Amino acid sequence: MTAAVPALALENVTVTFVSPDGGRYTAVRDTTLRVEPGEFVSVVGPTGCGKSTLLNVAVGLLQPSSGRVEVFGAPLAGLNAKAGYLFQTEALMPWRTARANVTAGLEFRGVEHGEALARADEWLQRVGLRGFGARYPHQLSGGMRKRVALAQTLILDPQIILMDEPFSALDIQTRQLMENQLLELWSANRKSVVFITHDLEEAISLSDRVVVLAAGPASHPIGEFAIDLPRPRDVAEIRLTPRFIELHTLIWHAMKEEVLKSYAQQQLH
Amino acid sequence: MPSNSSTKALRLWQVLLAAALLALWYVATSPTLLPPIYFDDPNKAAFFFGEPLKVFERIWDWFATGTIYAHLWVTLLETLLAFVLGTALGLAIGLWLALAPTASALLDPYIKALNSMPRVILAPIFAVWFGLDIGSKVALGVTLVFFIVFFNVYQGVREVSFTVVANARILGASDRQLLRHVYVPSAMSWVFASLHNSVGLAFVGAVVGEYLGSSRGVGYLILQAEGTFDINAVFAGILVLTAFALLLDWGVTLAERRLLVWQPRGGETEKI
Repeated sequence: MTAAVPALALENVTVTFVSPDGGRYTAVRDTTLRVEPGEFVSVVGPTGCGKSTLLNVAVGLLQPSSGRVEVFGAPLAGLNAKAGYLFQTEALMPWRTARANVTAGLEFRGVEHGEALARADEWLQRVGLRGFGARYPHQLSGGMRKRVALAQTLILDPQIILMDEPFSALDIQTRQLMENQLLELWSANRKSVVFITHDLEEAISLSDRVVVLAAGPASHPIGEFAIDLPRPRDVAEIRLTPRFIELHTLIWHAMKEEVLKSYAQQQLH
Repeated sequence: MPSNSSTKALRLWQVLLAAALLALWYVATSPTLLPPIYFDDPNKAAFFFGEPLKVFERIWDWFATGTIYAHLWVTLLETLLAFVLGTALGLAIGLWLALAPTASALLDPYIKALNSMPRVILAPIFAVWFGLDIGSKVALGVTLVFFIVFFNVYQGVREVSFTVVANARILGASDRQLLRHVYVPSAMSWVFASLHNSVGLAFVGAVVGEYLGSSRGVGYLILQAEGTFDINAVFAGILVLTAFALLLDWGVTLAERRLLVWQPRGGETEKI
């Protein structure tokens, strides 16, 4: 793993927010996270531990207070042009139809209109929304909107896909459908994925590697686990295999222990 | 939604109410039907309040001889010009100030002062600047429309969800594209939401401007009639203006339905 240049590398990243009244809040401290090309990495941690902050740094929406961000070996300046970002909350443009939302990125890049439309239709079909292209976001269900957002991001063929709890607002059945669909799309065309979630089961069933973050503030990784489950996977079925349960128990214990430890340390200081 | 039959009943009652009001107007102002209760002269009620039959006769006359069309056209033209210019100005300046915090902070007290000033009072100045032709009426309408659109655009840009902006930027939108594909559509939805208000005020600007000094327009007709104590013509003018305003409002509703298809409406069901 050391020989190849990682697709995305956060090196000793610290992010400190300064509020207008002079208060300081360190969301993430000395965090190093490397993602290989084609690797699916999940980052888990309790709510408010700075997971989204890490992603915002990776995509270039936030500048780290210290540390470096490298994309395929090159330092990141401005927005990360190689990354696609799937937001936790609604990010579709409500005044555009599903199809027009999917074509948006191509349009911004100056792709010819007819070609953009053809590719959008292809992607809508791929995410199971054939025939829904003319609908506006408010006419779609939450799961359908997520699929549109997925198509909107993936149509640009980003080398790195950053996902911020994308399915957390969905009901469990829709969620598992979406997870399977994501795995299917990902295995057809392997990109680097950073998947943020607070759901350990989701993290294990999707990933090659799970990174556990400590509780915030000043969060940092406290453990890393390779997930050696065979692919292709079905997220609902794989949860019942003994290896999954083993891994889950292992990570859960580490997580609990480390979280308690870091909590105790914070109490001492 | 009320059922079909109850809607019909409601319409019937509304028509009956109008008929009753007209009947009351007719009976109360007729010099012969009622003994004089309030006025000592039986003709005085008709002098102050007009007579419905004569009012309608006047309206009929205007439309039959075609004299009203030139005036209606002028009023409509002033309304449309005021609306278009006021909206364009409000949109441009609203977008600019919403995206330029420093300029916005600098100009804030002036905008507030201009907005709280009763702008009808500018009519005489506009008459001096732009003459008694349509220019001064359009100017008055523009000052009324501008602030409505301006504040809505300002609000619209401020209310764009951070996520939508960030997403568009990550999808590769340049600043120009962000303006065109995110800020303007978002602002436009607020502008459309205030369309009824701004068209209404453009109309007010036109009519008030005409009333304060003009040589054409429905406001001018009313002014002329008032000058000769022709109360029937005044009422006829008011009725024509009201009908016209309703037509404009209906046109706006139609435009709104076309332009705001992307916004959810209450109780909307599956469209197949």
